[in-house]
Amino acid sequence: MSLTAAPSTVRTAPARRTSKQLRKAVDAWVWVGVAGLILTFLYIPIVVLVAFSFNTSRSLSWPMTGLTLDWYRKLAENDQLITAVQNSLYVAVSATVLTLLIGVPAALALDRLEFPGKGIFRKLVLLPIALPGIITGISMLILFRLIGFGLSLETVIIGHATALLAVVVTQVFARLQRLPHSLDEASADLGASGWQTFFLVTLPNIRTAVIGAGILSFTLSFDEIPVTFFLTGRDNTLPMYIWSTMRRGLTPEINAVGALIVAASILLILVSVLLQRERPRPSR
Amino acid sequence: MTNIIRLDGLSKHFGSVIGVDDVSLSVRKGEFLTLLGPSGCGKSTLLRMIGGFEEPTAGQIWLDGEDVTDLPPNRRAVNMLFQDYALFPHMSVGKNVGYGLKVAGTPKREVETRVLEVLDLVGLADKAGAAPHQLSGGQQQRVALARAIVRQPKVLLLDEPLSALDANLREAMQVELRHLHQKVGLTFIMVTHDQTEALTMSDRVIVMRAGRIVQDGAPQSLYDLPGSPYIADFIGTTNLFASRIENGRIACHGQPLTIDPQSILPGARTFGFRPEKARLLRGDANGSNLLRGKVAEVFYHGSVARIIVDLGAGQVLVDLQITDAAAGLPQLGDAVAVEIAAHKIMGFAAEDAA
Repeated sequence: MSLTAAPSTVRTAPARRTSKQLRKAVDAWVWVGVAGLILTFLYIPIVVLVAFSFNTSRSLSWPMTGLTLDWYRKLAENDQLITAVQNSLYVAVSATVLTLLIGVPAALALDRLEFPGKGIFRKLVLLPIALPGIITGISMLILFRLIGFGLSLETVIIGHATALLAVVVTQVFARLQRLPHSLDEASADLGASGWQTFFLVTLPNIRTAVIGAGILSFTLSFDEIPVTFFLTGRDNTLPMYIWSTMRRGLTPEINAVGALIVAASILLILVSVLLQRERPRPSR
Repeated sequence: MTNIIRLDGLSKHFGSVIGVDDVSLSVRKGEFLTLLGPSGCGKSTLLRMIGGFEEPTAGQIWLDGEDVTDLPPNRRAVNMLFQDYALFPHMSVGKNVGYGLKVAGTPKREVETRVLEVLDLVGLADKAGAAPHQLSGGQQQRVALARAIVRQPKVLLLDEPLSALDANLREAMQVELRHLHQKVGLTFIMVTHDQTEALTMSDRVIVMRAGRIVQDGAPQSLYDLPGSPYIADFIGTTNLFASRIENGRIACHGQPLTIDPQSILPGARTFGFRPEKARLLRGDANGSNLLRGKVAEVFYHGSVARIIVDLGAGQVLVDLQITDAAAGLPQLGDAVAVEIAAHKIMGFAAEDAA
């Protein structure tokens, strides 16, 4: 009896250990599966879009009939579409620059200055982020009509910049709050003027927040429809153009545009990651 | 000696709160002056007004004969060592130290040599290329110090410079700051709430309370001749008690003590003596000026033991120098006598108990 009992007790401990390890491994694979599902859910539509942009057939049906670059060639010959892309770039870049030029100083004022009504200013400046684009669009349209402003891409830029201001102010303000005021004081103490302090001390320390807010603003402006819809004159931006052609049905050409935008977005993300990467070690 | 700084009736009000109240003060060139007081006494506000970071409500600040009251910080020839060091995180140590020279338009070559000189002075010449976050707290402080003296300011302001360091590093930095002061010959104005720091490092200490200067003097005079019970207890420890003088004698918690009429004003109402100036004797000892009581508590500090003696009506502290460990410490409940020489008793005019 003792002969059989002894080995069995010896064996149970490792057996228990392997079952624990097994459970851990299963747990890990379950999480990998969940993560995979989430990613599939997020990216399958994009993969489909890109895949069909190379499909020879016009119809969006599986399986694909063959590979071609025809749609990209057609796209390159489509003047309307190219103008729309140019317009979109013009609007997005201008709106981003404009909103940064207003938003960064506004965030600085919120963080560094004391003035009457600051609390209200802070809340009101952030309000447009919660406002639907349609409201911003209509209200600005009414305003431009009132003061006799003709609608154009420039009015779109103003509209976008207004809506995006909240994004920039929030992000930059959040960063500024984490920056000790003693840095400003030390800079002034060491003889720097206000401008020198801003460019040599403040800006380098909020740089990543400014870049991040800029890229987000650019993206939001680039695919914006509601505000653009109300404020544009004769000119079309890319999302407006795509939307208008969609009424005539989905075309692989649109898929090709989409694929190009995806490529450009990936590029933009890479650039932003590179720019925002903290330098491991400052140079002397 | 010439005065490098003169404050004339300087006040600072924050709304209805009075931070600094009509302070006038002169600082001599090359002096190491310390503003000492509990938090909220106005010492930091005073320092920040000298640096230009707070605007005085009233009064003037004269720096080396020039009225700088309305000048912004960047146009005053004073530099500040910030409590949190305020090193620029995106710049190397060398760039941090050279910043003040760079913004002043100093030629690059000269900036480099002066940065190395001053880094050498604080013992960090090999760290010029490092980022501030790679350094220890003590090293960061020395970088901040180097950055503050590289422009050779007329006055260096130090805002609680040692408060962020741990105990043994703090002691080492006390010594280093003093040596640096002697080496560079600049005027130092330091703010601290730590009386030991103030006594150890400075030539002169200004004790502040509720926005006002309550005493101004060399560390030793401050300790030996405190002007009020408040200072007597704030700087070091003092056994304080209230009494009236009758026939050259006072009562300490009911027990008579003789005082020295030469050192005490006749109107004195509060009296005190320092624990280390009294002597602890055995209970059956004879002598004059003895307070008799029982040992209530013993705090052993190694070279000295602080004994709380219960006199019945109150308690006093006495320091016992331990020169011979074999003699042993008094035990709780032992009958003891506290001897205090008449001339070591301090007397103060009546003042609100601090």
